[in-house]
Amino acid sequence: MALIDLANPTRFLRLANRALPWLVGITGAVFVIGLYLATNAPDDYQQGATVKIMFIHVPSAWLGMFGWALMSVAALGTLVWRHPLADVAAKAAAPIGAAFTFLCLVTGSLWGRPMWGTYWVWDARLTSVLILFLMYLGVIALWRTVEDPSRAARAAAILTLVGAINLPIIKWSVDWWNTLHQPASVLKVGGPSIYATILIPLLMMALGFTLLFLTLHVAAMRNEILRRRVRTLMLMQAQTAPGSGA
Amino acid sequence: MNLGPHAAFIIVAYAVAMLVVVALIGWIVLDHRAQRRNLARLEAHGVTRRSEKTA
Repeated sequence: MALIDLANPTRFLRLANRALPWLVGITGAVFVIGLYLATNAPDDYQQGATVKIMFIHVPSAWLGMFGWALMSVAALGTLVWRHPLADVAAKAAAPIGAAFTFLCLVTGSLWGRPMWGTYWVWDARLTSVLILFLMYLGVIALWRTVEDPSRAARAAAILTLVGAINLPIIKWSVDWWNTLHQPASVLKVGGPSIYATILIPLLMMALGFTLLFLTLHVAAMRNEILRRRVRTLMLMQAQTAPGSGA
Repeated sequence: MNLGPHAAFIIVAYAVAMLVVVALIGWIVLDHRAQRRNLARLEAHGVTRRSEKTA
């Protein structure tokens, strides 16, 4: 089956129904391993046990950005190819991406207070991630404001592509400006600068969070397809109702 | 497991993470049930898609 065949919502629903139990199982298993490794990871020589916050903070940050990148690809699908599932994918990703960005901000604050002595500073990394969170809220509000899904999709797609400019700013903010936030220590030229006993639990938790994102996204896309079916049927019902003039 | 002098920050961070994940899962599960219920109600009133009528 070609990938393009999945563009059919009915076929996507069938595939989602088959895949979701497996995704749930694999995600749960990876999380059990990840949490076990995170619990037993050694303390950092400088940060002590607070390094355990990194195992949820860093994956949340990656997925906050991944969510917007996914929405940007879907936005291209909506605007350029008018892909039937593109706007469904974009709409379903927005609340999930917003939740992970929120989690990144909260866990970052809780990590910052004992390490930096403050919950918040207006440095480039923290501010650009806050902007990402506010943009998520803007896109969600836009989807809810415009009633016609296809019109909402086009407006949200334009906003998403404009907002994608923020992704490289977030990534390289720690290199371009002098920030309190530390530079990249995993995804960087020359390889990770974290010792394996901490890097392996981090990567396992990142895999668990990524699988969780994908599982929730497939489930939320399924819901959105069903919501659109309900909307279509309700419009049909309204048109055939006595006195509707149809 | 000794979480050191900043244990409260670590525990609150993991608790918030769990709350957010549980809230996301709960929202998606409840939304799925609501859409299924709405579809079933419409189909009970004889409102179905054309593709389903011909199937």
